[in-house]
Amino acid sequence: MSQQIQVSGLDAYYGRHKAIEDISMTIEPNTITAFIGPSGCGKSTFLRTLNRMHEVIPGARVEGKVLLDGEDLYGPGVEPVSVRRMIGMVFQRPNPFPTMSIYENVAAGLRLNGRRSKSEVDGIVETSLKGANLWNEVKDRLGKPGAGLSGGQQQRLCIARAIAVRPEVLLMDEPCSALDPISTLAIEDLMAELKSQFTIIIVTHNMQQAARVSDRTAFFNLAGQGQPGRVIEMDETSRIFTNPSQKATEDYITGRFG
Amino acid sequence: MAATVHTRDGGSALGRSASRRSRGETPFRYASTGAGILLLAIMAAIAVFLVVEAIPALRANTGGFFTTQTWEPNATRPSFGIAALAFGTVFSALLALIMAVPVAVGVALFISHYAPRRLAGVLGYVVDLLAAVPSVVYGLWGITFLAPFMVGPSNFLHDHLGFIPLFGGDIVAGRSMLTASLVLAVMILPIIAAISREVFLQVPRAHEEAALALGATRWEVIRMAVLPYGRPGVISAAMLGLGRAMGETIAVALIFQATFDISFRILTPQGNSIAANIANRFGEATQTGRGALIASGLVLFVITLLVNMGARFIVARRKEFSGAAA
Repeated sequence: MSQQIQVSGLDAYYGRHKAIEDISMTIEPNTITAFIGPSGCGKSTFLRTLNRMHEVIPGARVEGKVLLDGEDLYGPGVEPVSVRRMIGMVFQRPNPFPTMSIYENVAAGLRLNGRRSKSEVDGIVETSLKGANLWNEVKDRLGKPGAGLSGGQQQRLCIARAIAVRPEVLLMDEPCSALDPISTLAIEDLMAELKSQFTIIIVTHNMQQAARVSDRTAFFNLAGQGQPGRVIEMDETSRIFTNPSQKATEDYITGRFG
Repeated sequence: MAATVHTRDGGSALGRSASRRSRGETPFRYASTGAGILLLAIMAAIAVFLVVEAIPALRANTGGFFTTQTWEPNATRPSFGIAALAFGTVFSALLALIMAVPVAVGVALFISHYAPRRLAGVLGYVVDLLAAVPSVVYGLWGITFLAPFMVGPSNFLHDHLGFIPLFGGDIVAGRSMLTASLVLAVMILPIIAAISREVFLQVPRAHEEAALALGATRWEVIRMAVLPYGRPGVISAAMLGLGRAMGETIAVALIFQATFDISFRILTPQGNSIAANIANRFGEATQTGRGALIASGLVLFVITLLVNMGARFIVARRKEFSGAAA
């Protein structure tokens, strides 16, 4: 069910400022790909171009191609809304809808995709919460506000919300940066499980995390202040962390950066 | 284990904050406490004054204050009641609210989420400006333009929907409950729109992005993230508007026909309100008349208080879902 992503010659701009330049990569289905690199190098920007979330910022635009199973997400006549329904996203800070209950949060995306019977929604909510390893913790309080959960639970709730609409791809923008180590571990375990159903792309500042969870890693960097970010190197994760081909990559992962 | 924290110049950090407290904290605390107490004292003094002024008139009243539908406090046997006035106040204000809130929320959403940035700036400024127009201007507009203008539409409503009691009645007039409510609606619209806009602008970006990332269209984002988050604020704005509509004096005094009926017919030449009645009758009022008007003012005060308490109750009922915790 997951599909290959092919990016070629992608540039992204904020107004006149070019944030990332000439990014090309192929991401295989049912793998976890990690994006690492210093702050401001365009990892998150690039991630957001993959589900057309970049362009929601005023003045932001994208040039280049992103093919999902051969179809260009930026092709004419492609609705950003339908792209985002195929490519889900989890954000840096857990952002459950504060006005909704746990149940409503998970069901939020389903409601967008037309009417469904109550029993069907119940089933999907349960499967999604189980898929996010949250079911046992919340099954007795589905009607309680989602904002009342702990940070780690909220983030898993957001993952449940994202997978409830059965996307092809799951984008995660530093999903653990606001979480404690135990919650982080829970999310990392979850990612390994979700890999069988989804293609996962994660931006992380935590090098150990990239090494632990990902199959392939891309290292992003920029030539200097005000320059656009680029992919310096992309390879098997084990190779990036043991024997990178670029000196900049090695400097970054060994902490000799800058 | 007690670790001592030192500031850069070597002194204890705790000691420094203590010395600071004695210098700035105490006077400020007394000043703010004093201001709070002064406010309560002024409120209490006003309330006492009003009650004291009202009691002799209420004693002299031969009719039931809450049931009588006339206002004759200057007669030898004074008879007056706020039944019709209170009804007119609440009815006209509610009609105004029903007409104003949907439009105001629409205007606020347009400014906060749909309009291009430059247009939004201009529109926001215009709305703020409208909110500052004195009510007598709205009243003059109502009586010189809107009342004559409304005769046509009112007749149309009466002819086609006259079987509904709301639009029924024998005579259709420009100076009607509908016209007064329309003027009130136009008056309270800017303030509701201005507050709603501020509330909608405060919806965290993260919530809107969460909805967008699920594949929501712009309208779905608004329904999913913006409106629920802004709900308490919009309710507060509506209550502020309702309070303003109920307390509005000069605009409705110009338009209302100063009748004393309780009637749901919004097209007929009828209508009155507590505030309009005070404005109309104060000049000719004797001792008892003044007391009677003050008593009616107290009733208006209580109605406004109840409305505000009701609004707080509605807002508080879903507090745990309000987003305040997030």
